[in-house]
Amino acid sequence: MVGRGLRAAALACGLALPAAAGDAPARVVSMNLCTDQLALMLAAPGQLVSVSALSQDPRASVMAAEAQALPPNHGLAEEIFLLRPDLVLAGRFSSPATLDMLRRLGLRVETFDPESTLDDIRANLRRMGEVLGRDATRTIAQFDADLAALPPPATPRPRAASYGANSYAEGPDSLAGQIIAAAGFTNIAAERGLSFGGTLPLEVLMLASPDLILRGAPYPGASRAEAVLDHPGLRHLAPQHRTDRDWVCGTPRILHAITDLQKAAAP
Amino acid sequence: MMHLHKLTVRRGRRVVLDGVDLSLNAGEFAALLGPNGAGKTTLLRAALGLLPATGHSSVAALPLAGRARAAAFLPQTRDIAWPMPVADIVALGGVAQTPDPAQVEQALTALDLLPLRHRPATELSGGEQARVLIARALAQDTPLLLADEPIAGLDPAAQIAAMRVFARRAAAGRTVLASLHDPGLAARHCTRLILMKGGRIHADGPPMDVLTADNLAQVFGIRAHVTEGPHGPIFQALDLAPPRGD
Amino acid sequence: MSRLLLALSLLVAALFTASLLIGPARVPPLPSLHALFTGNDPMLTLVMREVRLPRALLGLMVGAALGLSGAALQGFLRNPLAEPGLIGASGAAALGAVLAIQTGLAAAFPLGLPLAALAGAMASVALILLLAGPRGGALTLILAGVALSALAGAATSLVLNLSPNPFAANEIIFWMMGSLADRSLLHVGIALPFMIAGGALLLSLGPGLQALTLGEDAAASSGIRMGALRWRLVLGVAAMVGAATAVAGAIGFVGLAAPHVLRRAVGGSPARLLPASALGGAALVLAADIAVRLLMPDRDLKLGVLTALVGTPFFLHLILRMRREGA
Repeated sequence: MVGRGLRAAALACGLALPAAAGDAPARVVSMNLCTDQLALMLAAPGQLVSVSALSQDPRASVMAAEAQALPPNHGLAEEIFLLRPDLVLAGRFSSPATLDMLRRLGLRVETFDPESTLDDIRANLRRMGEVLGRDATRTIAQFDADLAALPPPATPRPRAASYGANSYAEGPDSLAGQIIAAAGFTNIAAERGLSFGGTLPLEVLMLASPDLILRGAPYPGASRAEAVLDHPGLRHLAPQHRTDRDWVCGTPRILHAITDLQKAAAP
Repeated sequence: MMHLHKLTVRRGRRVVLDGVDLSLNAGEFAALLGPNGAGKTTLLRAALGLLPATGHSSVAALPLAGRARAAAFLPQTRDIAWPMPVADIVALGGVAQTPDPAQVEQALTALDLLPLRHRPATELSGGEQARVLIARALAQDTPLLLADEPIAGLDPAAQIAAMRVFARRAAAGRTVLASLHDPGLAARHCTRLILMKGGRIHADGPPMDVLTADNLAQVFGIRAHVTEGPHGPIFQALDLAPPRGD
Repeated sequence: MSRLLLALSLLVAALFTASLLIGPARVPPLPSLHALFTGNDPMLTLVMREVRLPRALLGLMVGAALGLSGAALQGFLRNPLAEPGLIGASGAAALGAVLAIQTGLAAAFPLGLPLAALAGAMASVALILLLAGPRGGALTLILAGVALSALAGAATSLVLNLSPNPFAANEIIFWMMGSLADRSLLHVGIALPFMIAGGALLLSLGPGLQALTLGEDAAASSGIRMGALRWRLVLGVAAMVGAATAVAGAIGFVGLAAPHVLRRAVGGSPARLLPASALGGAALVLAADIAVRLLMPDRDLKLGVLTALVGTPFFLHLILRMRREGA
């Protein structure tokens, strides 16, 4: 960890001088659950000054413990500006008005596309390393090694559908779809011609006779959108597997999701 | 037929009907006359139990179904909500009774409504609607008929025809009490005039006894001329009465 | 008259069958019906009995409830613009339902949901009668309805926004527009008793509404107990609209369009309009629910969107006519 000392020195300079291009940013604020987690994995100690409040929630964030050590933000321009960051990390779909405002105030804002393939995960890790001035090579290599070490898929491939609120099924081109494929399942949404995902009417799902249904943990409170998951027709259809925080963002942690799912496939 | 004793209606602190005593007998066609706000409508509604009142009304004292069997009411507002055919409107009964089809036919004929019987009542002119509602009240075939300004807005021929229908009904042993605005028509067709002012009965009796110059000046504030003609009293309004000292 | 009811019943039966046979899983009609009745194909039977049947039943029930409520409200208020949606009853019922769901009352005991919706609908109908009784004009009625709907909608949004559930906040659209997608026999079960009770109450209003054609005084003097009539109306409409909204959200304009279309056919009679309008409403909602599935099978297009598209022209037409008549 020789590099860390050097970088710490660079950070000290960064505090004194206006951040020049190529310099590692000293005060980084992340305002998106997924950039939060990538940044938490790669940032130098003290480099990240705030993450989104959502990433402190253990139901959604795989790095909740780490995130809880930092002050949270709520994605509002004012609070982020007052943190005096020299880099703001945001998701592709963070509020455009907020991002415009931050840019007008002279802050550097980097937006990340959500990861929907394993390659996207590698690319976002690499880019996060670049904008933070950190080396992501080892993290990526570890991810690839873990991926290669997974057991081969079962044959014939069992069939699964991820089924969520409002009868939404994740398609093969979504991150969940990639996890389902990597775990050795055929995705029923793909059979229906859904690419990224879409509505899979309950009766269509029932007639497709899936071997496994993937569904998220119900949220507190209640919603009519989730009521379909309690429909009597679904209850006896197939075993259900709960998706959890490992599925939310494209981080190396999706390996946990894949191994869990493989265990569910093996009867 | 109907007895009112000390019938009183208050609206807030104002007394709008002030201890009215009135008895109507079978065979009478009585007109309720008086200026606007004299309490004519209030008297009719209170007598039927449609308004909270103190005192006694022989009709209001009956149970609800009994009231409907005793008296038919023709309200002042001619408001037909739905496009029902004329014949169906005339046949509208209540819970107490469904009108006898023969009575309905008779009422349609009496009010000259046979050509209109299949037309939706809401598409008729105001005068035609008024005739439909008179016919409906008649078809109830009750001993007592209370009508609130039944002929307002009718053309002269229809007014006379309607008055004759009421008079015939009274002559057949029923009782009709109608509030009217035309002392002349009232004097010609009614057997009894009841003159109201300020929530009280000012004068009550046969037409020629009631329509005195004094009464007309006191109640309506007009100077008028009433003479006995060959076919009954003739009423002619001449001018406003000069303001009086009291 | 009975010929009209017979024709409407046949139409409803045809639409009910079509609703059973049309769905995103394109299964041929004969095997579907066979599976429904004999249970020979376990998976298809499950689909027919657990998905299609409740949806068709609810379409029938909700439509009949709204059509009947609309006809009864119009008859009592003597106003063709009265409608459960427009006077705020559906909105208030939705508020009651949302409160029941978010407070956990609905989960704690199954009748909590329709009871809360009924309470909401009842409060709003009682308030409307207070503000615009049979003598209140169209303007009073519509203004009171707008105010109540806005208040109920805002309160519903507030409750949903405060919910810890991220999906709840997006559900204002369901509660305001209604949908029958993926409802189960459980929903049929909780709505049915209320609808039977409410339907019996409202159908018994015939003679009273008939007499009210000529106004309150004419009705009262022909032996109608106005106070009792009012309470039976409030309870009946609240039970019908509350149960319908609790399971299907607020579906607008059915209670307006069904009586409007059928009024001439029953000779304007508010009593004969009651059963006809119930059947008409059922046909309307079943047809709309079929159209929703045919037009956008994958999008859960809300029922209320379609009924509003069909119903608004009727509403505007009524307003134009009232303007012409100077009412």
